Parts: sequence; C-alpha cells; structure tokens
Amino acid sequence: MALDRSDVEGIAHLARIAINEQDIENTTATLKDILHMVDQMQAVNTDNIEPLAHPLELVQRLRSDEVTETNQRDHFQQLAPQTENGLYLVPKVIE
Amino acid sequence: MQWEAVIGLEVHVQLATKSKIFSGASTAFGAEPNTQACAVDLGLPGVLPVLNAEAVRMAVMFGLGIHAHINQTNIFARKNYFYPDLPKGYQTSQMDLPIVGQGYVDIPLESGEIKRIGVTRAHLEEDAGKSLHEDFHGMTGIDLNRAGTPLLEIVSEPDLRSATEAVAYLKYIHGLIRYLGISDGNMAQGSMRCDANVSIRPKGETTLGTRAEIKNVNSFRFIEKAINYEIERQIDVLEAGNKVVQETRLYDSERDETRSMRGKEEANDYRYFPCPDLLPVIITDEDLKSIRDGLPELPEQKRQRFMDAFKLSEYDATILSEERETAEYFEQVATQCDDAKLAANWMMGELAARLNKNNLEITESPVPADRLAKLLSRLKDQTINGKGAKTAFEALWEGADDVDAVIEAKGLKQVTDTNAIAAIVDEIIAQHPEQVEQYKAADDAKRKKMIGFFVGQVMKASKGSANPGQVNQLLQQKLS
Repeated sequence: MALDRSDVEGIAHLARIAINEQDIENTTATLKDILHMVDQMQAVNTDNIEPLAHPLELVQRLRSDEVTETNQRDHFQQLAPQTENGLYLVPKVIE
Repeated sequence: MQWEAVIGLEVHVQLATKSKIFSGASTAFGAEPNTQACAVDLGLPGVLPVLNAEAVRMAVMFGLGIHAHINQTNIFARKNYFYPDLPKGYQTSQMDLPIVGQGYVDIPLESGEIKRIGVTRAHLEEDAGKSLHEDFHGMTGIDLNRAGTPLLEIVSEPDLRSATEAVAYLKYIHGLIRYLGISDGNMAQGSMRCDANVSIRPKGETTLGTRAEIKNVNSFRFIEKAINYEIERQIDVLEAGNKVVQETRLYDSERDETRSMRGKEEANDYRYFPCPDLLPVIITDEDLKSIRDGLPELPEQKRQRFMDAFKLSEYDATILSEERETAEYFEQVATQCDDAKLAANWMMGELAARLNKNNLEITESPVPADRLAKLLSRLKDQTINGKGAKTAFEALWEGADDVDAVIEAKGLKQVTDTNAIAAIVDEIIAQHPEQVEQYKAADDAKRKKMIGFFVGQVMKASKGSANPGQVNQLLQQKLS
C-alpha cells in the first residue's frame, strides 16, 4: 500500500497534530514500514478464520440501568481553562 | 424531463434509559449545564466505559419490531473526529457488526397503498454534547449533559420516493418506538432527529444520482419542506447543465431553504476501528427469547387485528394503529358505539381535521373517546342524522360534555314521525308544481337526479331534522 507525504499531512490534520517539515519525512518513512508489515499480514491466507475484534476471548459485561453518579461539576471544572454559567468555554469553532 | 427523487433517512433515536450508555450519569432532560456529565462522559484519562444492559435490550426490541436480523455478537467501534462537544475525540459507535441488521417496515401511502421500506441497519452509539454559540465573548459554551446519552441510529434503504413517503416512514418509526416504550420520540427536545440523503435521477434510470445530506431537521413538517426544497434545488442544478455536489447541507426553517455547510466537508474520514475498551457484546438465545416474549402488541399486529376484528381496510387500519394513543382512542370509540367503520370515518374525517387545524395531538382532543362514542351511538340509533351529528360534534369540541343535553338544547333530534315528515313533503310538492311536472315527465335515470332537489327542500324546511332516508322514500311514493 502506497503512502505519500500528502497522506501524512492529511492524517496529521485530522488528528490535530502539528508536524514540522523534518518530522513529515521521518513519519512518512516509519508509516511506510508499518504498512509494509500490514501488507505481509494481508498476504496470509485467513480463510475459515473468524474475525477477531478483541484479543481477549471474553464477553462484554453489562451494568444495570441505574444512576450512580452525582453532580461533581465544580470539581471537574477546576481542570478547565475557562468556564461560565456552568459551561466549558472553548474557542469558537463555527463562523 | 421527468425526475424521480431517491431518499434514504438516518434517524437518531434517544433511548429512554435512566442512565447513560457507558456511565452511571443521569440522562434526564433540562438539567443545569454539566451537572450530569461525569468523568466517563468528559473523557478524562483512565476512565473505562461499562455498557448499559437496558440500552442493549431496547435496541433488540426495536430490531424485533422491524423483523430484523439481530447480530447476537456485535462490536463497538470508534468513530474519530474532533469537535469540542466530543471531548474524547471519538464517538463510540458500531460499524461492521451493528446490533440490528437488515429489516423492514410497511408504511401507508396517501394513495391508500402500503409500501415496504427496507431498513439497512440500526446501531447503538453515544450522543455528543451541545455547543452553544451565543454570546460568550467570542467563545463557544459546551454543555456535556447530553454526551453519552444512548442513541439508536436507524438507517433506511434508499426506498423512499417523495417527501410525503419520507414523512410516512418517520411517523411509522415514531409510532413504533413509542409502542415499544424505548423512546419518547419528542422531536422538539431532540429525542428523535433525522438526516435525509436526497438525490434525483431521470425517471426510469436505475443508477443513483449524486446525493446531498440534509441535517438539522427537527419536525415532520420541516422534514417534508426541507426534502421538497432540496429536490427542487437539485432539479434546477441539473436542468441548468450543472452537477450536484456531494455535500452536507443545513436546513434553515426560517428561510425554508437548505444551505451548504462548507468547511466541514474536507476529508470525511472517520478512521473507524474496533473499540479496545469494549469487548464483543453477546446476546444469548435466552436473552433474545425473553425480549421477544416481553414485546407489547406492535402497530402491525394491531393493524392486522383491526382488519380482522373490525373489518377495516388496510389503509384505515394502518392509519389508526400507527400511534398507540390513536389506536387506543379508536378501540374505545369502536367498541362503545359498536360500529368500527363509523368510528374510523369520524376519527379520520371530522376529528382528524379538527385536530390538524388546531395542531393538537389525539391525547389533547377536547372530545374524549367516550363522548365521541356516545355521539356516534345517537347517530346509529337514528336519534340524530349526519348533519345533526356534525352540529353536536361542534358543540362537544367547544367544550360541551353531555351529548344528550346538546342534542336537546340544539333541537337536533331527528324527526322520524312519518306523519310529520309527510306533511312537509306535501307542502313542498304543492309549492313546486313546475318541478313536479318535469319530474313526472322524466325517465328513471333522470328522476334519480331530480329527486335530490325535493329532498333538499324538505330537509331545509325541517331545519335539517328530518330523516333523509324517510324523506326520500316518501317523496318517491308521493311523486310516482
């Protein structure tokens, strides 16, 4: 699978990661290596093998539908750079 | 050129659980901002999701309600995107193995036919928070109370061909989730939301045209308007020789138009992968059986029963069974007045017209079921005639609560005394010698039409109180 510079720039943008010129080169090379490994895995015959969504062969435990959390807004909002009227404030994201 | 619209809907339904899908925070509507957003909902480091059993049960109920295949092993996946109301940076959703697979619903069309609409899938996911873009000194306010509320996303096949069909499908889904009790379906509060994928193609063409996705529509009326606007817009684009662009558009109800959401379009790549924090969900055969055994009577079963027990047409039965409250009202009226067809006609005619005009739900009807039943009984036992019933209904709508008192006070009692009616008939015949002459000269076919004139005159003279059947009979005797 081919991967070029613009793919790396695109992925970095989607992940909101700032990446400098030097790192783009290195990252592209590293990701190519990983994709090469993926190509090798893709080449293995997996007919008759069940897809695996999780490495542990366990089943999801469910919880009963009960409200167990209390209001800890003041506590949580100590972490936030800015709050107002109980809202977390963030830079405006739409025009 | 003749164009055909192709529409598929994605409906998001908030499930009526007490707590969130992956945390023990409350889902109650209308709380103070962020008072129901716990560490899991905030996506703080180190937290782990624990799946709500009730959300799983409700999703399975829905699946059974649309004859769908239930994936007894289903998988949660992460849908990655950045937005401030999604603090984790991903929405926990389902991709490859959703809980509900292929199913279908049968919806009533205006033509009186029933159309089968395919449902591609329905999957469980978490809702995001809310962004408030009002005046916060140029900043955006974030309320995460809604974050983590369980959603069922129901994806239809592109089987719908008009805005009207889309609304009929939505109403069916709305009715179904309320029958099942898995959501209140309150569109104004966002418990049921709808995105529409709309494309057009020349009639007869089988490949699909380029689609636009309309978001942000929160009422049946707006969905109809938004889709109609979008169909017209795409026809204009194509007829001007241009191409429809695949994009997301927002519906603006104030201007009644859809607008492109430019900027959010760049690279719609959600990079789904299985969520490592959640193990595969297994629904055992016993779970499935116990959920199936616990299902209430569903709209389509009610429809069938209305057809069998009350001899209603499929269309009438569908309309009357769609919403639970309507079905219950109908059953009460039909049983108490002992005439299902009469009850159906009045509910779909007089009552529906009044409710629509005043924008009321059946539960808000000023005329309760027992009162309508009483009125229809009086119509049936010939105490009043059709015209009198309408006048009485009017009074009941305005708040009168005693049917017999209304009939008495308004003098609506039908005159069935043959002698009294005969006297009026004689009088009318005497007053209209010319018409009598013409009637006598006419052949049978013409007479049938002409007698209407005399019936009208007699009814008028009796102030609408005569029994029209008797009037007709007496006139025929006396004129022959």
